[in-house]
Amino acid sequence: MSILINKSTRVIVQGITGREGNFHARQMINYGTQVVAGVSPSRGGSWVLDEKVPVFDTMQAAVEVTEANASIIFVPARQATDALLEAADSGVELVVCITEGIPVQDIAKVYHYMTTKGVRFVGPNCSGIINPGEVKIGITPEDCVIPGKVGIISRSGTLSYMIMEAMKERGIGVSTCVGIGGDILQGTSFVEAMEMFETDPYTERLLLIGEIGGLEEERAARFAAYQMSKPVAAFLAGKSAPPGKRMGHAGAYIEAGIGILKSKIEAFESAGVKVVTEIPELLKLLEK
Amino acid sequence: MKLHEYQAKAFFKNYGIPIPEGHVTSIAREAKQIAEEIGCPVVVKAQVLVEGRGTSGGILLAKSPQEAEKAASEILSKKIHGLSVRNVLIDEALSIEKEYFLLITLDREKRMPLLMMYESGTIYIETAANALFDNLDRVYIDPLIGLQRYQVRQLANRLDFQPKYLRGLTEICLGMWKLFCDMDARMVAINPLVITKDQRLLVLDGKITLDENARFRQEYLVDFRDYDVEAYGEFEARKHGLEYIKMDGNIGCLVNGAGLTMATLDCIQDNGGHPANFMDLGAGVNIDKVIAALDILLNDPQVKVVLVNIFGGMTRCDDIAYGLQAAIEKYGTEIPIIVHMGGTHAESGIKILKDLDIIFAPSMIDAVKKAVTIVGGK
Repeated sequence: MSILINKSTRVIVQGITGREGNFHARQMINYGTQVVAGVSPSRGGSWVLDEKVPVFDTMQAAVEVTEANASIIFVPARQATDALLEAADSGVELVVCITEGIPVQDIAKVYHYMTTKGVRFVGPNCSGIINPGEVKIGITPEDCVIPGKVGIISRSGTLSYMIMEAMKERGIGVSTCVGIGGDILQGTSFVEAMEMFETDPYTERLLLIGEIGGLEEERAARFAAYQMSKPVAAFLAGKSAPPGKRMGHAGAYIEAGIGILKSKIEAFESAGVKVVTEIPELLKLLEK
Repeated sequence: MKLHEYQAKAFFKNYGIPIPEGHVTSIAREAKQIAEEIGCPVVVKAQVLVEGRGTSGGILLAKSPQEAEKAASEILSKKIHGLSVRNVLIDEALSIEKEYFLLITLDREKRMPLLMMYESGTIYIETAANALFDNLDRVYIDPLIGLQRYQVRQLANRLDFQPKYLRGLTEICLGMWKLFCDMDARMVAINPLVITKDQRLLVLDGKITLDENARFRQEYLVDFRDYDVEAYGEFEARKHGLEYIKMDGNIGCLVNGAGLTMATLDCIQDNGGHPANFMDLGAGVNIDKVIAALDILLNDPQVKVVLVNIFGGMTRCDDIAYGLQAAIEKYGTEIPIIVHMGGTHAESGIKILKDLDIIFAPSMIDAVKKAVTIVGGK
């Protein structure tokens, strides 16, 4: 148990017949996730993954038959907005979007549409959610993390994997890791995920993995100072990033002086949050 | 991706946003003719994608067509912040009574666009985004509904904007909003919007920044790209879906995932080395993509060692390994290659590479230290 998902979460994989969708659907099933259906337009009626998972043409049909309450999206960027809106309209409560490269204005629309429908949106351009040892709706490699009491919120997938693996080597485990994604706009922000962790009995402390761009780390620092009782630590990437360049993630850029790492470090420090930029230091911090 | 002033203004014009009379040219002699047509005085403005061109002599006032030619030839022959000026814009010079700043951009916290306006003259676009955190006048735009006229009235009202120009202001704001949506912009800024002494409402300068993610449905905009601001390899990288940024060190980096790439570069700096580049393989890695990435790195004469740091997730280490294997077979291994792999299919990735002339590292930090040692850092 932890935040957002558990063993009884019933998941639909949108884009299950694609290479990535298929591969990760299998990984999720092997990890213990209830993948109850896949959606792939014009592939409805077929079965995939050793003939165990039914494929539907539409989310509506898939939810009606399987009573799923979550969906994960692997649909390519060009079709992803349609898939996101379809998911929002289908009755599921949680939508996790792995897809990278969706136009930002579409995400603004999707976010507000999902909010009106009461749907929790995680991503896009994220690694999804994992409750180690229990369940995952996402693409985190299973053997890089062990169960434990540190809650993680990360803008970056691969960086969170490497950090969790380094933690694992020291015997430090994770309650839930939420990938909030590297885009300009995120369905779930640091602060919103922090709110959920604050009330989660399985999480004792929090690790935020942030990077250059935007002001969400600064907001997280304020939230940690005034609204969190649990200790918060932060790892930040991008201190060597030149201004004006988009560092891989759509949201990772310094523009007009906004988004620089220095400002984030200062915000965390003044909020009393331990902040580091090197992994050995982070491990020392978490071992305390 | 950013547009030049003259490009932005051409779009403004198409969206009913009034701009001064002006023309762009790359030839100084033509500046004279343009100035004659428009009537002097004119301003001659360097079209170059840098911040603060005005203070670097990139904007000159000309009182006669001869002066315009002289100013144009002066600007066209100089470099501003290392970039050559390919074009100059010649605009009618205006007597200004009041100046305003207008901005539509995305608010990350509220996940919605906003329109900001304030009376300016002192604040440049470059620093104005700082205003996002201050309490400057703004209205939030519901992305499902769009900017409404009453919202412009609200802004105008708060600023004591002269009522006789309100209609013009409303058309300008609605035009900006339509342009923002149609072009998939990330930011549309007008600075300044002026009321002239002869009582006209005009946009003297503006910036449009486009959303790279929307490239697939805004293909025509690729023609507007300024290749001067891109280093060698950046164009090539984009063709292959790689995220590449040239830097000035000698350790070539090939990493998957933006956050991990940034952390790798930080780690190199912490250990006394200098990264030659940012290279994120991105999603959908295949053999060709890895070959293309290595090709770009090895074509950079500054690169003395290649550091490959892969943590498999969406990307599988074996896919990368096959790519590396093919690339090494193609190019040989004159430059040492250091590999760290973890995560999905890491073991099979390492197995594929084990007979090649590669230095393996058990961790990112170890890989970085090896790379720094090879290039002779501390």
